[in-house]
Amino acid sequence: MLPIAFRQDVPPEFRRRANFLMTIAAIVFLLLLGRLFVLQVLQGERFTYLSENNRIRLKKIPGTRGMVFDRNGQLVVDSRPSFDLLFVPEDTDDPALTLRRLARFLARDEGDFLGLLEQNKGRPPFEEIVLGRDVDWRALVAVETHQLDLPGVSLRVRPRRSYLLNSTAAHLLGYLGEIGPRQLKAQKEEGYGMGDEIGQFGLERRWEEFLRGRSGGQQVEVDALGRRVRVLHEVEDVPGHSVYLTVDRELQETAHEALKGKDGAIVALDVRSGAILAMASTPAFDPNVFARGITAEEWRALGQARAHPLNNRAIQGQYPPGSTFKIVLAIAALEENIIEPETTLFCGGSLVVGNRVFRDWKKAGHGAVDLHKGIVQSCDVYFYQLGQRTGIDRIAKHARALGLGEKTGVPLDDEKPGLIPDTEWKKRRFGQPWFPGETPSAAIGQGYITVTPLQMANLMAVVANGGTLYRPWFVRKVESLDGAVIREYGPERIRTLDVKESTWKHVRNALLEVVSSPSGTGGRARSSLVQIAGKTGTAQVAEMRGAYVKSEQLSYLIRDHAWFVAYAPADNPEIAVAVLVEHGGHGGAAAAPLAKLVIEKYVSLKDRHGDARQARGPGAIRAN
Amino acid sequence: MQIDRRLASHFDWTLFGIVLSLTLLGILTIYSATYSITEGQAGGLAAKQFYWLVVGLAAMLAALSIDYHHLDRLAYPFYGLVLFLLLLVLFIGSVGGGSQRWLNLGFFILQPSEPAKLAVVLALAKYLQYDEPPDGYRLRDLWLPFLLVAPLILLTLVQPDLGTAIILSLIFMSIMLMGGLRLRSFLYLAAAGVVFMPIAWHFLKPYQQKRILIFLNPDLDPLGAGYHVIQSKIAVGSGRFFGKGYLKGTQNQLDFLPAQHTDFVFSVFAEEWGLAGCVLLLALYFAFIVVSLRVVARAKDRFGALLVFGILAIFFWQVLINASMVTGLLPVVGIPLPLLSYGGSSMVSMMVGAGFLINVSMRRFTF
Repeated sequence: MLPIAFRQDVPPEFRRRANFLMTIAAIVFLLLLGRLFVLQVLQGERFTYLSENNRIRLKKIPGTRGMVFDRNGQLVVDSRPSFDLLFVPEDTDDPALTLRRLARFLARDEGDFLGLLEQNKGRPPFEEIVLGRDVDWRALVAVETHQLDLPGVSLRVRPRRSYLLNSTAAHLLGYLGEIGPRQLKAQKEEGYGMGDEIGQFGLERRWEEFLRGRSGGQQVEVDALGRRVRVLHEVEDVPGHSVYLTVDRELQETAHEALKGKDGAIVALDVRSGAILAMASTPAFDPNVFARGITAEEWRALGQARAHPLNNRAIQGQYPPGSTFKIVLAIAALEENIIEPETTLFCGGSLVVGNRVFRDWKKAGHGAVDLHKGIVQSCDVYFYQLGQRTGIDRIAKHARALGLGEKTGVPLDDEKPGLIPDTEWKKRRFGQPWFPGETPSAAIGQGYITVTPLQMANLMAVVANGGTLYRPWFVRKVESLDGAVIREYGPERIRTLDVKESTWKHVRNALLEVVSSPSGTGGRARSSLVQIAGKTGTAQVAEMRGAYVKSEQLSYLIRDHAWFVAYAPADNPEIAVAVLVEHGGHGGAAAAPLAKLVIEKYVSLKDRHGDARQARGPGAIRAN
Repeated sequence: MQIDRRLASHFDWTLFGIVLSLTLLGILTIYSATYSITEGQAGGLAAKQFYWLVVGLAAMLAALSIDYHHLDRLAYPFYGLVLFLLLLVLFIGSVGGGSQRWLNLGFFILQPSEPAKLAVVLALAKYLQYDEPPDGYRLRDLWLPFLLVAPLILLTLVQPDLGTAIILSLIFMSIMLMGGLRLRSFLYLAAAGVVFMPIAWHFLKPYQQKRILIFLNPDLDPLGAGYHVIQSKIAVGSGRFFGKGYLKGTQNQLDFLPAQHTDFVFSVFAEEWGLAGCVLLLALYFAFIVVSLRVVARAKDRFGALLVFGILAIFFWQVLINASMVTGLLPVVGIPLPLLSYGGSSMVSMMVGAGFLINVSMRRFTF
């Protein structure tokens, strides 16, 4: 070591340099403080926002949609939790590796997942890719237990609508769909958000406000890997209300079964209240397909199908009523005192009006025909003449009183009114007067006249209950999950017809014999269980000039529509049924047996359940 | 060793107080950085850092007890030891995070590049302790001291530890300037450096090049290399005036921040204590530098002055670079915040350095 004395003293330069460096250090530290000031004060708000955004994810928990029960409390539509498997590639360093692992855990082909990753390349960052919908519990367990090995993979719970009847009551129950941009705009106040499901059709749409429930949500704090750390704030979701139908699940199944392989509709009403017991339309669709998320192709296929499975034929199908319209004519003629029931008119197989020949379905003719025989044997020539005598305007007046030509007002969307023509309509529509030669066609439910199956069922209910036209309904109450009644519905009377009791009696007697008399056209509806009254109808689709051709021999699309409208029991009616089979041929053959099936099922169900509920009906009438 | 009363009365309590405050703030922040909100507790790192503080205090005591006049004898042997350790790292060092920087000594893991900073300071102070030429050192006078430092820089560069290599170079330049390098020579050197930069670029590892590119444009790869800068700026910025509160920094607690307890400990601190806390922290460092500079100015001899200046240069550059890095002013390089960042080697080295400071400070009156 050098002796201390040899050491050099600090030169004055050091002092100078130290002072200079002090200034430099001060400037540097001020600059650092300035930087912190910029970040923490000037941009503090922005960075605070970013840090909140970093850590807080909003998780929406859709409210469980309400259940739907049939009239006997049997579950018809349910909601169950389902899990979607999601993946956010940005949350993992190596998306392909994560997906390969996932495939191994789920024993799935890794190509499926990697393919999805490839397909979703152009999506906005951080948007999740749906790897699987409604995954099974094994996948759930695998994903939950391997969470740490699967960054970016998550599960999203989603209540999934489950239609226990599948396609059986599709048109009545309707379906759900993702809320559209326009609906979203219209419904914004109701708290809907992007991606929410909303009732798009049928009951699901009309009772949306009761069924939907309220979405809850969680404000979840996540860490850098997107893992949930804690729930910051939670809003309970509120489940939707339960809806109880007037429809009987089993009767509905019978009606749907009866139409199997056919295009058509069956409507069954309680004649004492207008409550719908069954409403089937075929071909149908499976609303469960909508619940799982319908694909674009499936939707196109449904929309373009020739038979239009999305149409509810019971309320949207407008068909010529054919001979079922003779009921209307009989009532009109009797009420207008055109004839006495006993008045006979001659049927020689055809009627000539001007230069047109109107044929009877029976080439040989029915001979002398009174009202009773006219209805029972469905004599066309008798009704041609009755029509001529009554005149189109008076026919129209009574048809409309019976609920034809106007919407019934059933709480379903897109109901069609059908059409009851008269001279005024003709003038408005075509600028032409009504020609007398058009009346005979109208008298047997052809020509311009169209009706819906629901209207015809309701008409039969009016005949059966002696003049009360009810608005068809199918929801009897809405109940909250804890059993509180939110809304109760009862029969709603549209109008009471001022029709003589004798008129009803004559018509009812005839309708009974249509089925029970050996010469009646509706013999195929005869039942050993219950007395059924009804009327057949065979509505021409194409006009057959000159030739008598059996409907069954015609090609499908020009074959006649088959009708059968009925009520039972004949002496104390409870149920009215309208059956329409598109291009089914003769009503007595194609439709009557179906009506019988439904009515017999009704009777057997009544034996099982008792009639307590039905009896409640008329007591609670709510005037319109 | 005997410490006479006169010496003890000159003990620099200010400097000691600053150092102790910084280390305690560091332990507090490390606790928060390693705190797990799900478990409601931190891992053992804060406690470990506390043990290192105790070890560091002992080392500091040792460092200030030996009269620094005798330290110059230790300068070259110490230098040799560090060089040996760095060579050892090159061959048997443990690898972590893509580089080979550590020696596993069984009872603890040594990072020799931390004492290397002290070694450079000691060696240079010893080399430059004699009077400078009247018109200062010229470029050609730089060769020998540079050769002294170059092996250490090279060895840290190959680890690769760009941060330490930069710090070593900066210490070298700082001491040379203080020691009497002519300003004109310095400017030549700086100009050469600028020219050299594009060439140096090619010697950088791809990840280092990426960091520099990201620094120039952090949005280039917000989830990859730019992630650290962005998250750190969010942490610092969201602290605002008074911070989110201790243990309440969400960027930190939820692991959005990288290397929370080491290189980015300042972000954790800034998030939880806000600008107010940052002002206090920077004030402590600034006070440390001011006090040290006063020691430099009042030191009895060149060796002591250069030793102190070297130590203060370590602090200054590390604080400047680290703070600039976490606030997005400089690209991300792995440089710890002295006395705050977690790490035994760094803690003990810095405490020893502080010991030297106090050593020189308290002996400025003695002969």
